Parts: sequence; C-alpha cells; structure tokens
Amino acid sequence: MQSEIMFAGFGGQGILLSGKLLALAAMEEGAEVCWIPSYGPEMRGGTAYCTVVIGDRPIGSPIIRNPRHLIAMNRPSLEKFAPVVKPEGVILVNSSLIPIDSGRDDVDELKVPTVEIARELGNVRCANIVALAAFVARTQVVKLENLRECVKTEFARKPKVIPVNMEAIEAGVKAAGGIP
Amino acid sequence: MAKVLMKGNEAIGEAAIRAGCLNYFAYPITPQSEVAEYLSRRMGEVDGVFLQGESEVAVSYMIFGAAGAGARVFTTSSSPGISLMSEAMSYIAAAQCPAVFVNIMRGGPGLGGILPSQGDYFQATKSVGHGDFRLLVMAPASVQEAVEMTMQAFPLAEKYRNPVMILGDGLIGQMMEPVEFPDHLKVEPVDNSSWATSGMDHRGSKTRNLVKSLFLDPAALNNNNLVLKAKYERMQREEVRWETYNGDGDYDALIVSYGTMSRVCRTAIDNMQAEGLTVAMLRPQTLFPFPEQAVYEAATREQCRVVISVEMSMGQMVEDVQRSVKGHRPVQWYGKCGGEVPTPEEIVEVVTESLAAN
Repeated sequence: MQSEIMFAGFGGQGILLSGKLLALAAMEEGAEVCWIPSYGPEMRGGTAYCTVVIGDRPIGSPIIRNPRHLIAMNRPSLEKFAPVVKPEGVILVNSSLIPIDSGRDDVDELKVPTVEIARELGNVRCANIVALAAFVARTQVVKLENLRECVKTEFARKPKVIPVNMEAIEAGVKAAGGIP
Repeated sequence: MAKVLMKGNEAIGEAAIRAGCLNYFAYPITPQSEVAEYLSRRMGEVDGVFLQGESEVAVSYMIFGAAGAGARVFTTSSSPGISLMSEAMSYIAAAQCPAVFVNIMRGGPGLGGILPSQGDYFQATKSVGHGDFRLLVMAPASVQEAVEMTMQAFPLAEKYRNPVMILGDGLIGQMMEPVEFPDHLKVEPVDNSSWATSGMDHRGSKTRNLVKSLFLDPAALNNNNLVLKAKYERMQREEVRWETYNGDGDYDALIVSYGTMSRVCRTAIDNMQAEGLTVAMLRPQTLFPFPEQAVYEAATREQCRVVISVEMSMGQMVEDVQRSVKGHRPVQWYGKCGGEVPTPEEIVEVVTESLAAN
C-alpha cells in the first residue's frame, strides 16, 4: 500500500517544509518515505511543489505523475495538478487564495481558508500548518500526535513559534470537521 | 543511531565525515550544491577543512595536492563540473593517489539542464580523462545506499590508490529519505609512507617520495600503465557488485538498470507481476567494474527471451549489457534524458512490445 501526497503553492508558503513534516511523521511511524522536491529552474515567488511518498515497502519510482492526494495552496497549483489526482483522493483547496473548485466530482474536496485561520491565530505564516493538519485529520495518513511531535522537533531552535503552530494544528483539525 | 530524514546531498557530506574524510574542496553547481552548503557548516564543527575553490579546475588540483600529500580528501560536483575536473582525475590516477569524486548527474551535453540524468555513464566508466585509466564507479539507488557507498569509497580509493567515483543522478542528491548512519569508521591511518609526499622529516625518512604523472621514458610509462592495468583487473575480480530484483524464479524478460532509474523499473516490474508477467531486474551497483558475468547468467536463463537496458540516457550502459550478453539474447535500450524520466507505464509498454516481437 502506497500513498502519494503532493504539496503545491508559491515559493515562501512553506510548501517544502509541510512535505518534510509529513514525511518525518510517517518515518516516525515506521513507514518507508521519500520526499521529492521540484528543483527545476524557478524564480523567487514562482511555484514550489514537492511530493511525499509513504509506503509499507521500499519506495520504487520517486517520480509520481498521479498522486493520491493534493494540497493546493494557490490557484495555479490547483489548476495544474487537480486533474492528475487519483480518483477518491483528497484535494485540499486553500480557499483563502483560490476562488475556484477543483472541478473534480470523484475526489474528496476539502476547502480550508488557511490564511484567515492563521491570521486569527496571530501568525499568518502558519497557514501551511493549518493546511497540513486539516489534511492529516481528513486522511489519517499519519497520527496527529506524531505530527505535533515532529512540528515541535522541527521548530526546536525557535521555541517561540511552537505554541502558535500547536494552535494551528488544532484549528486545522477543526476546519476539516474534526477527526472522523 | 536512529533514522534521520535527509537529503541525499547532505547525507553524502555527513557520510564522508564519518568515513574520516576531513578535507573537502568544492565549487557549487546544481543539483549537488547542498553538499557544499552542508559541509561549509559541518566541517567547521569537526575541525575539518572546507574550501570553495575559484573553479572546478582549481578544486580538482587541490584534491590532487591533498591526496598526494597523503590526506583523505573528496569533492562533489555535477556533470559540467566533472568534465572540468577530468584532467586532474587523469593525473591523480597516473600518479596513483586515492581520492573520491561524487558526480550528481544533470542533463547534458553542454550546460544541458539541471534535472536528473544518467548521461555521464560513458564518461565515468570508459574515459573520464585522457590516457589509459579507470575510475572505480559506484551507483547508489537510494539515500541510504549513497551513504554506504560514500563511506566505502574512501577505503577503496586507498586500497587501489586510484580515484573512486560515486555516480548519482540529480534525484539521489535532491530527495530526502530516512537514513541510518553507520558509526564512524575506525580510521586507521593508512601507511602511505612509501609514496605520499608528507615530508621526509614527518616520515622520519631519508628518501624522497615523488608524486608525478610524467614518464618520458617509454618503458617506464608502459610499466606505469601495466601497474594501473593490474589494479583495474583486480577491481574486476574483487569489487563487482550488483543486486537482482524478482529474479529468483523463471522470468520472461530481464531489465538492467541502475540508480534512480532502477527504482522506476522496480515499480514497473511490480505492476507487470500483478498482471501475471514475470520480469526480473539486475541492478549494477558498480558500473566499473561492470557485473558482466552476472548479467550474462541472468540474461541466459532458459525462459528469458529479451534483455532491456533502461537508462536516463540515449543508450550508454546498453553497450556494456550487449558486451556481457555476447549475442545470446536480443538486447535493446529504452530511455529518455534531459530530466525526463521514463515512467513505469512506459517501461511496461516497452517490455510488453518487446516480448511480443521476440
């Protein structure tokens, strides 16, 4: 069993970090993981995306054309990648910046106004964590408790931002309608 | 030590330190720059040396100088940078000094692109520089294997007093995977007193060591080449490494593939198996020495009808596969390059068509 999660958005939205946090949480659970960035020529403010592959056996191809799930943080990402998501996957739409739908009726579309939620928490920069937590709550691809621990470890050198990121996780879970 | 999630490039840097290499000279180039970025910080923590040269050419001669003085030393670069270093590799091989070069390949020729490629197979295995010499070339297929091979590369370079190359593609450098680092190697000081220019006083010796690649006397040069040849033949006897996948029972086709490409093939093989088609893979872990005998034996299994070399190049390793199979089975190539990576679906199609035709 293998799951592929694509994170996509603008450079600066914490796309690569979100993917890394998910990969770390999965690794802590003993899964095989692989984090693959897009490293093509990009300019500042351009698109950034990465794919995280989580499996129960060594990861084969690291090139993923059709991810199971998508976290789209901006409109160009949704337009580009929504069509390639596998049926029945989750597409998380950052509705703060994306005024359109995924256009798919065979996926589980989850709209989360990540920027507004993060702003209410007092730090707009944790919008990516809101999205990640909402996604994890919806898919259960890793345990939330592990995600919390990984966020704490990742921000260990900036302990000041840990509380707001913990709040961001709770807010993300709530935005996803809680844990099913 | 617990598993950590690391980029291939950073993991290679850490592996070198754990192999006791505290001398690193480099010049940045995508997609390997993170090695230099990582070691620019890390070398300071372990009292090592990191020096960013003014060019790849300069770096390669810093490697020669340090290796000639008996230091454990390495560098990393990517395809165009490796071309610039290739002259020094020839000198280092001629002078019989140990050194490790890491090539995180990008698409070529020329400046090419920055995405993953395997276009430097010929360069690495046949003729990286001028003259009669070889590199021992190892090709990792995961971040963990990149770590293990990097750590093994130093003792191998010292065993043969010859440059060793780690040949990875851009994805090996860029992706993050869980890795477990072996403990620090017990770095026994290699006895290099017979050749290293480490100083007569330092060695307590009254004889001068000379590191050189100029042999104007034809007999002496011929002799030096014979010494090198004997080493390469010993590598072919002692260092050949490979791995097979799905090859225990009967199979209809054999794929030969290495590095990241072999992982895509693994997925394709799983997909074919699910459809009832059994295909095996042989993955060379050393490209020179090439696992000739193993490829021959795997290709000539009774039920195997065709051999396909799948590469991120326009067909380079396929020549070694053909040489190994010796005409006993049809050998074909499939690949893409420039950053395009063949998909599992394409590989399934190629294998299926090939089996229909053979």
